[in-house]
Parts: sequence; C-alpha cells; structure tokens
Amino acid sequence: MSVITYRQALRDTLRAEMHRDENVILLGEEIGVFEGSYKITEGLLNEFGERRVRDTPIAEEGFVGAAVGAAMLGLRPVVELMTINFSLIAIDQIINHAAKIYGMFGGQNSVPMVIRTPGGGGQQLGATHSQNIELFYAFVPGLKVLAPSTPAEAASMLRAAIRDDDPVLLLENLGLYNTKGEVPDDDESVAEIGRAAVTREGSDITLIGYSRMAALGTQVAEALAKEDISVEVVDLRSLRPLDRQTIVDSVKKTGCAVVAEDDWLTYGIGAEIAASIQEGAFDYLDAPVRRVAMAEVPLPYAKPLENAALPSTESVTTAIKETLSAVGKRVG
Amino acid sequence: MSDNTAHDEPELVQLLTPEGELRHHPDYPLDLGAEEVRGLYRDLVLVRRVDTEAVALQRQGELGLWASLLGQEAAQIGSARALRPQDMAFPSYREHGVAWVRGVDPRELLGMFRGVTNGGWDPAEHGLHLYTIVIGSQTLHATGYAMGVQRDGATGGDDGTAVIVYFGDGATSQGDTNEAFNFAAVNNAPVVFFCQNNQWAISEPLERQSRVPLYRRAAGFGFPGVRVDGNDVFASLAVTRRALQHAREGQGPMLIEAFTYRMGAHTTNDDPTRYRVAAELEEWKRKDPILRLRAYMAANGVADDDFFAAVDAEADKLGERVRIECRALPDPDPLDIFHEVYAEPHAQLDLQRAEFADYLASFEDAGAEGGR
Repeated sequence: MSVITYRQALRDTLRAEMHRDENVILLGEEIGVFEGSYKITEGLLNEFGERRVRDTPIAEEGFVGAAVGAAMLGLRPVVELMTINFSLIAIDQIINHAAKIYGMFGGQNSVPMVIRTPGGGGQQLGATHSQNIELFYAFVPGLKVLAPSTPAEAASMLRAAIRDDDPVLLLENLGLYNTKGEVPDDDESVAEIGRAAVTREGSDITLIGYSRMAALGTQVAEALAKEDISVEVVDLRSLRPLDRQTIVDSVKKTGCAVVAEDDWLTYGIGAEIAASIQEGAFDYLDAPVRRVAMAEVPLPYAKPLENAALPSTESVTTAIKETLSAVGKRVG
Repeated sequence: MSDNTAHDEPELVQLLTPEGELRHHPDYPLDLGAEEVRGLYRDLVLVRRVDTEAVALQRQGELGLWASLLGQEAAQIGSARALRPQDMAFPSYREHGVAWVRGVDPRELLGMFRGVTNGGWDPAEHGLHLYTIVIGSQTLHATGYAMGVQRDGATGGDDGTAVIVYFGDGATSQGDTNEAFNFAAVNNAPVVFFCQNNQWAISEPLERQSRVPLYRRAAGFGFPGVRVDGNDVFASLAVTRRALQHAREGQGPMLIEAFTYRMGAHTTNDDPTRYRVAAELEEWKRKDPILRLRAYMAANGVADDDFFAAVDAEADKLGERVRIECRALPDPDPLDIFHEVYAEPHAQLDLQRAEFADYLASFEDAGAEGGR
C-alpha cells in the first residue's frame, strides 16, 4: 500500500494502461510538451513519443471529433479536456456522435474513448472556468460518467474507463488533485462501472455525494462521529449508470438522507437522487430528503464570495443536524 | 486585380462537356476502356432509378423521409469508383451513389429512411461508414480515422489506405469542417475532403455560405484544392483518383469541390419552388450527368441501342425489387429501443428493459382476458 495523490494515481494508471495496450493514445491541448495543465500527462510524451501522445490544435470540438473517428478505427483514445467547461465547445461531438454512433450505426461501431476532464470550483478561476456541468453528460444515454473521489477510485475508474467499449467521461476534480490516499501497490483493480459504494457505514443518516462532495462527506462523517452521530456515506462514483439500489438500501437502513452536490440545486443531480429515494424508500423515510448544493449564481472570482457560494463542511453538517432534529433523533 | 474572391472566374476541371465531347486536361489524364465507361453509365442510371423509386415510396407513405441525390450522380459515382477496397469513406446522408458503389444494397438505405433499422452494414467490410445526419461532423471523424491510419503505418506507398469524406457546401461553414481541415493539414493526414457543392443548403444559396469559391479554402489551411465539374463522371473519377493517390502516398489532404446541382428538393420535406427559380433548374438540366455520358457513348461507338435498352430494363427490374423489398421490411420490436445504446452491459438499462417488457406483456394479458 502506498499513499499517493489523486494526480499521481491518474498519471500512474494512464502510463500503465499505455504500456498494457498499444492502442491507447492521448489527444488534447497542452498534454505533450507542457505535460497537461494539471500535469496528469507528465513524462508521457517523453516516454511514448508523438505517435501515442499528440498535442492538437486548440480546438476542443476538433480533437474530440478526431478521437471519435480514431475510436471507430479501433484505437482507444484518451482525450484530455483542460476543464469540463471547455467541453461546451465539444458538446455536439460528445452528445450527438460519441454517445449515439453505436446505436445510429446499427451496433456496427462502438466508440471506446475516454474524456478525462476536471470540474470543481474553489480555485478562483471565475465563472466560466469553475462550473460543474457533469449533469449534461450524466443525462445522456449512450455515455457513461464516472466521478472518483479518492486516489484509489481515480486509478480503478480510469482503468475501467479505458478498457470499456463505450464512451466514458471521467470527471476529475481540481480540488482533489492534491489530496492523498492509499492505493494498493501493483494495483490492477478495475472499478465496476455503475456501482456506488458505501464508503463509511453508519446508522443515523445517509449522506450521498460524489467527487469532491464524497470526499467532503467523509470528513463531515468523521467529525460528527465525535458527537456520537453515525453518518453513512454513499459515494455515487458512477453518475451514469446510476446505482439506485445502493442509495435506496442505505436510506432504508437509516431512514433519512442528505445529498451534497457541487452543482446548482435546481435540476441538479441531487434532484435525481431525491426522486430515486422517494421511489425506492418512501415508506422508510422519516424526514424529507435534504439537498445541499451550490448557490444558483455564476461562481464568483473573489475568494470570500466563491466560498460563500460553494457547499462546505459547515453547510453539509448543518443540513445533517437539521434533518436529524426533524426526525427527532438526538443531535449533539 | 485579383482579390481571391468570387469575382474571379474559377477554374473547373472538366473532361466531358455537357454536349458529350471529351476534353483533355494535362493534370488529370484518364484512360478508360469501353467496358469501364459502360459500367459508369450503368451505375449512374441505376442509382438514379433507386432514388426515383425512393422519392415515390416516400410520397406513398412507405418512407418517413428521403434525401434525393438527383443531379449529383456523377460526383458520387465518379469519386466512389476512384476508391480502392482498402479505402474508407465517410458519407453524409445523401451519398446513395457512394453506397451503391461500395456494395451496400439499396434495401439497407431504405430501411434507415423507413425507420425500421439504424442501418447495419459492416463499415469495415464495405469501406463505408454509416450516414451522418448532423452537418459536417463526419469530417472530423474521417480526419481522426485518417490520423489513426497514418499512425498504424498504413499509408505512405502506392498500396496505402486513403480516407474520403463527403459533405456539402453548407457544411463548409461549420466549425467542425474547418477544424477538420486544420487538423488534417497539420497532421498531414491521408484524407480527401469531397465537397459536393450542389449550390443550395436547403434554401440558402452558395453566396450565403462563402465569399470565395469553396475549393480555395484549402489554400488557407495549406493543402491543395481543386474544383471539378461534378456533373462529369470522368472528371470526378480522375480528380478523386489523383487526390486519393496524393493521400495514400503520404502527401496529406486535398479538397475537391465537385461543382454540381441539387435537381430535387433538399429532402422530401422541402419544396424548393419556394426559394429558387425555374430557369436555374432548366439551365442545369442541360448539364445532366447521364445525358452527356450517353451522348458521348453513342457518338463514339462505346455502346449501342441494345446496351442502353438493357440498362433501362435492368433499372426497371431494380425499381420493382426496391418497391417490393421496401414494403416487406419488417417493423422492429418495441423492445429494440434498448438495443445498441451501449456496447457493454448496463444494469440501469437492463432494469428499464425488464420493466418495459412487463408493461408490454400486460397488454397481452389484457387481450387474453377479452380486452378488459
């Protein structure tokens, strides 16, 4: 077992997958000589050469579309979009082509490509560079969307994404790149796509999140344990396919739930989770499902304002305590 | 003064005049035997017949939609006959002539437009991808595919693989197409951009799309562009053959602008009489690709009346087969909606499929109980 960063886990896995499969190629802007804006592709151009690691013109629709074509040839392109915000320029190639070619071509061509891209606010990058719009892709049949919250998950999910025959968007997170966690040595684990995980067992309340909010949820649960509040944490891990069963099973056990999400509240992923809970565990609910999300504003650049807009340890903790009060459970 | 705008008289590669006279072009020599010429004629007539039948079938309610290729037969047959078996073509949605040449049965095309199948020919077997409906997107797919071909070392010699992508004049305004031009150029990808300029993007004429003749766009991206008479099957064949050779030998992309005319509607949902004048249509009728080839063949003893009659009879037979087979295409099963959404198993979708199957079965139960 080694303790490494989320960034290192992605980099090591990418490198190992390139060694494993000659067909894995990297396409994107600034990924070669510059080694990626967030250094996930560090060293890979030197090691694998331009035949495998290709700096492209600065045109997201262009390199995502080219990756779709390369995938149809049988390659396994891994595309880096510098941030998920830039996926807006490539959205037609993602939603209308990558996601639909398998079906619209009568099952003749799968599109085994991966789009790696970070989301996440809190970095003072301003409103156009700080959005959490993974929902757009999680909404679309034909795509798969994975959102790792720990270094171990980042490794096993990237491995799964590359080996999967469907187009997969792997949502990374700017706020998680430097976080550390244990990853098994000689790790070969491949995440099961479409499987959520109970990352911490508890009995009083279920806290559901993904990506940064799953990591934050674990911290909240640890803190509340000291106040004798037992929080079960469900890390969604896969936004499409969505593992409703794990969520419902947890809520049946605890009787109440809080969803923490880094996207906007209205129509956000929490709305889908809350709906899934009432469909699957209505009779078990002792309180309304509570959602904690970003303020519905373009994310400000000013640090105090950005902090005010984002969900935090405090806002999630408060939501948990208020829900438990409503249920009539003792809160510290 | 030459300002490189549409005011210049652009060059047009033409090997066969509208009157059916051969023209020599120093850059595009073409030496075809009589049998090959007769083959091209047969292709042109038969795909036009498939197209005519398809329009009629749509009018009769047998197809949801059809995008007619009327007038563009020579551009498609000529360019597709330049392809070799190892080459790969990416069509848009009107390339029925290309599909014909690549050995895709018309029944497959009718199935898609009837809405009973999403297609199903094997792109690798035919060297033809499935139709792309979104305008211009396939230019990027072809470019990425060609970059892959290049990476695999399958280019750079006379036996190399080349890629061709078909799109229209309207698509040249799309970002995807311009990005594809640039990606292909900087990577020297083995791809031929074949633009059928049929003068109209639904109701928008060419002057709404471009200030310069389309083939000149290539120069700005750093590769050759050429305008060919798209109603001349000889010139379309010769120019495409040369461009494919250029690509397969590793010299990079080329843009071909096939100057042609959409004689029919954009699709069967469109009525072109609302936006274009009859005189224009009459002018292009005189440039018909089939009439000029027939005139050439008759005047030069390439074929006799028996040959032309035999092709017409074959077309009648093909038309009849198309009608019968189209009507006989089976409707898909409702549960098919869940097929081919993902290449790999997907638990969430399997659950929805099971629920929908139960829902469908509930009607069968109701039927068994006398409809209540």
